[in-house]
Amino acid sequence: MVDVTMTVNGVSKSGAVEGRTLLSAFLRDGLGLTGTHVGCDTSQCGACVVHVNGQAVKSCTMFAVEADGATVDTIEGQAAADGSLNTIQQAFQDHHGLQCGFCTPGMVMSAAALLRDNPKPSEAEIRDYLEGNLCRCTGYHNIVKAIMAASGQDVAAIAAE
Amino acid sequence: MPKDSGIGASTKRREDVRFLSGTGNYTDDINVHGQAYVHFLRSDVAHGRINGIDTTAAAAMPGVVRIFTGADFEGIGGLPCGWQVTDRHGEPMQEPGHPVLAQGKVRHVGDPIAAVVADTYAQARDAAEAIEVDIEELPAVVDMKAALDEGAAKVHDDLKNNLCYDWGFVEENRDAVDAAIKGAAHVTTLELVNQRMVANPMEPRVAVGDFNRATGDHTLYTTSQNPHVIRLLMGAFVLGIPEHKLRVVAPDVGGGFGTKIFHYAEEAFCTFAAKAVNRPVKWTSSRSEAFMSDAHGRDHVTKIELALDADNNFVALRTDTLANMGAYLSTFAPSVPTWLHGTLMAGNYKTPLIYVNVKAVFTNTVPVDAYRGAGRPEATYQLERVIDKAARELGVDPIALRRQNFITEFPYATPVAVEYDTGDYNATMDKLEEIADIAGFAARRAESEKKGKLRGLGVNCYIEACGIAPSNLVGQLGARAGLYESATVRVNATGGLVVMTGSHSHGQGHETAFPQVIAEMIGIDESMVEIVHGDTANAPMGMGTYGSRSLAVGGSAMVRATEKIINKARKIAAHLMEAAEADIELKDGAFSVAGTDKSVAWGDVCLAAYVPHNYPLEDIEPGLEETAFYDPSNFTYPSGAYACEVEVDPETGKVSIERMIAADDFGNIVNPMIVSGQVHGGLAQGIGQALMEHCIYDDEGQLLSASYMDYAMPRADDVPFYEVDHSSCTPCTHNPLGVKGCGEAGAIGSPPSVVNAVVDALQSAGKNVTHIDMPLSPSRVWAAMQG
Repeated sequence: MVDVTMTVNGVSKSGAVEGRTLLSAFLRDGLGLTGTHVGCDTSQCGACVVHVNGQAVKSCTMFAVEADGATVDTIEGQAAADGSLNTIQQAFQDHHGLQCGFCTPGMVMSAAALLRDNPKPSEAEIRDYLEGNLCRCTGYHNIVKAIMAASGQDVAAIAAE
Repeated sequence: MPKDSGIGASTKRREDVRFLSGTGNYTDDINVHGQAYVHFLRSDVAHGRINGIDTTAAAAMPGVVRIFTGADFEGIGGLPCGWQVTDRHGEPMQEPGHPVLAQGKVRHVGDPIAAVVADTYAQARDAAEAIEVDIEELPAVVDMKAALDEGAAKVHDDLKNNLCYDWGFVEENRDAVDAAIKGAAHVTTLELVNQRMVANPMEPRVAVGDFNRATGDHTLYTTSQNPHVIRLLMGAFVLGIPEHKLRVVAPDVGGGFGTKIFHYAEEAFCTFAAKAVNRPVKWTSSRSEAFMSDAHGRDHVTKIELALDADNNFVALRTDTLANMGAYLSTFAPSVPTWLHGTLMAGNYKTPLIYVNVKAVFTNTVPVDAYRGAGRPEATYQLERVIDKAARELGVDPIALRRQNFITEFPYATPVAVEYDTGDYNATMDKLEEIADIAGFAARRAESEKKGKLRGLGVNCYIEACGIAPSNLVGQLGARAGLYESATVRVNATGGLVVMTGSHSHGQGHETAFPQVIAEMIGIDESMVEIVHGDTANAPMGMGTYGSRSLAVGGSAMVRATEKIINKARKIAAHLMEAAEADIELKDGAFSVAGTDKSVAWGDVCLAAYVPHNYPLEDIEPGLEETAFYDPSNFTYPSGAYACEVEVDPETGKVSIERMIAADDFGNIVNPMIVSGQVHGGLAQGIGQALMEHCIYDDEGQLLSASYMDYAMPRADDVPFYEVDHSSCTPCTHNPLGVKGCGEAGAIGSPPSVVNAVVDALQSAGKNVTHIDMPLSPSRVWAAMQG
C-alpha cells in the first residue's frame, strides 16, 4: 500500500492505496465521493471525468498514485457552498440536459473543461469535444443545447424543449 | 401561453439538483458495513460440459471468504420465466431450467460458473483466476436456422430440440392469408434482419445483498426497473423467502431501457450468499461483464410479404420470423416476439388479413429479452420497410400509399386481436409534412448533390401498444403476473403529500411529473407533493416501469388514490363548514360552499383529519391516506409519423443524418419538456440501431462486440438536433389522464425512416438497391452501391 495526498475540491485528502488502485476507485471508495461514476472499463464512456491540475481526465485511466500531490476537482465541488448550481449545472437543469443522471457528472466536468478552453463553442465543436462522453438517455440534443446556453448563446431557435 | 405549473407545464426537474451535484444515490454508491465483494468466474466458451471445478488453490488466496459453484445451488429454484407462450398446435413452449450458477453445462460466453466472495474486489478477482475449471467444449449453436436443423447440437440436453415454440397468429387466418396472397394483384416480399442489440444503460448493474441474522430479514439493493417484481420472482421462485422477510430497494437507477426489468442470477446470488457467509455481499458489473450478462434485445430474422389489390389497397400480410431466445429464457423473453410483436403487425393500416409466424430458437448466446420498444420496433421496422418497397415497385408516392391505407375510424378492431381506441394518422402525417418541408426536399437534394453527396428522404409511421396492460387479458395470453399499478397517497397533517408509487423512475422524471398531476387536481403547489418509489418496504405492490406504462397505469393509480383523498376531504370540509357535501367545491387549494363565501383551506382540512376534535368520527375515520390499484381496460396506442433525411458519401458509404423529425400523438401531455427528452433519447437509440450498433457472435459463439471499443454506441457527433412535435392529440379514452405513453416511440419510429432514406439516396443515384440490413455501416452501404 502507498500513501497518497491530494487536494480534492479544495481540501487536502490522504489515503492508502494499492499500486493498481484507479483514481476513480480512490475517489469513490476511499473518499466517498460517489458523484464520479464508472460506466465502462475501456476508457470510452467518460462518466468518470474529473479535473486533475485543471485538465479533464478520465479518472478510470489514471492510478491514484499518479495523482499524488495533484489538485483534483470533482462534480461534488462544482456547486456553491450553499448548494446553488453553477452556470453549467444550471443550464443542464434548465434545458433538460440529463435524464437518469449517470453520465451527467462526466458531462458537466467535460463541459467545464471545454468552456474554459473555448468560451463560445459552436454546435459542431461541442459535439466533437463530447466524443468521449457517452449518454444513452438524452440523444445528446439537450446536452449540446445546455452547453451552448451555458456559454451565453441564444438557443431559443433550437427545436423543442 | 404555456402553463407554468400543473398538467401541461414544462416544470424543471427537481431530481436534477442531486444528479448535477454528485449526490445521487445509485446502487453502487451504497456500501453496507462489513460487506464482502463477489466476482463471478464466467464461461469463456459458448457451450461446454463442466467436468470438474477445483477451487482448492483459490480458496487459500488472501481475503477469500468462500467460493460458490453450481453445487451450492442444487435444490434451489432456477430463475423463472414470467410468460408462457402456447404454440400453434396448442402445446406449451419448451421451458429449460436456468440455474443461478451453471450446473453441468455452460451455455453461453458469460454464463457464471463460480462466484468468489472475498474481502475486496481485487482479492475476489485474483482468486477467481486461480480456479481450475475442466470444460469439455461442445459444438456451439449460434445461427438460428442451423439451430433448427435435424441433428443440430442441443443447447439443452433435456429438451426435444432447440425450438422454444412455433407460434401462429392468428392461426385461424392462416389459410385465408395464404389464399389472399396467392390471388393478389401485387405482392411485395422483403427478407430482413433486425439485428441483436445491447441496451447499454450507462449505469452497469449492481446488487448488494444483506441479511439480518437477528430478525431473519433479507435486503437486496439492486439496479431494477421493478423492485416488487424482483421480490416476487426471487423470493417465491428462487430462494423461497416470503415477501415480508425480503425487502428489495432500487434507488436511483442509471437508465434501464428494458434490460433492468429482468430478474438476474447475480441478484439471487448476493441475497443467498449474504446469509450463507453472514456478511453483506456486493457485486458491481464491469461493462465487459454487462455485455455478456445483461439480456440483449431484438435479434429477429424475418420474411414479410405484403399483398395489394389493383388499386393499391393492402389486402393481406404474412410474416415469418426466427426470434433468438439465447441460451435461457429471460424473464419476459417469450412475450416479446409474440404478443408484443404479432399484435402490432396491423400498424396504422386497415389490412384485413394478417398472419404472423414466429419460431423462437435457443442458441448458445446471451438471453434476449425486451429492449426499448420490445417487439414493436421489430413489427414497425418490417412493416414500414415493406410498404416503402411496395411503393417503389408500384411507382407510387410512399406517403400517399400510406395515407390511402390508414385506419381512419376509431375504435378500430385489428385482425390481430387489439382494439385501437383513438388516433388520427393523417393529422400526424400532416404535421410531419409541414415540419419536414417535404415539398422543399428536391432543392435540398440538389444542394447535397453539388457537394458530391447523395441525399435521401425516408418516411414511416408507427403505432405501439403501451400502458401495459389489462391483467385479465395478459393472463389469457400466458403472462404469469398481473400488470396493474399501485399508489398510496399519504397526506400529512399540514397538507403536504407523499405518493408511494409502484412505478420506478430511472431517468423518466416521475419525481417532477407526478406532482404536477396532483397539484393540478387539488390546486396546490407542486412542491407540496413528494414521490417515493423504488423500495418494497414503503410502496404498495407495483409492477414497475417499462412499456411506456408509468403515467398511463401508475399515474392513473395515483389519480384514483387522489380522488379518494379528495372525496374524504370533501366530507371533512362539509362538516367543518356545516354544509351539505354535495355543495362543496374544491378549487385552488380550498374547499368552498357553492354560492357562499364560506371556504376552508386544504391544509386546515388535512389538519382536522389528524387532529379530529371537531370531526364526524361516527361517519368517517380520522387520517387522510388512500391506496389505489389501477388495472387498465386496454392498452394505449401512441402513434406518429417520422422522417429522416440523410446524406450518403458515394465514395465511402458513410451515412450522415441531416434531419430527424418526429411527429407524435401521445394523447394528453403532463410535462412537454420531459416528453421531448424521451423522444430525443429514443431517436438516438433508433439511429444507433439503423447505422451503428451490432452485437456480433462468431461461429464459435464468441462475443466479438463486448466493449465500447467494439460495440458502436451513438456519440454526440453521430446525431443532429432533432425536430420533435407532439401537438397532435387524440386523448386515450380509457384512462383518467387521457395519456398514452412516450418512452419508446423514438426507438420504434426511427429505424425504418433512416433505412428508407438511405435506400432513397442510393436509388436517386440510379443504384438498384432495395434493401440493406442494419446497421447501415459505411462498409455495408458501400458494398451495396457496388451492386
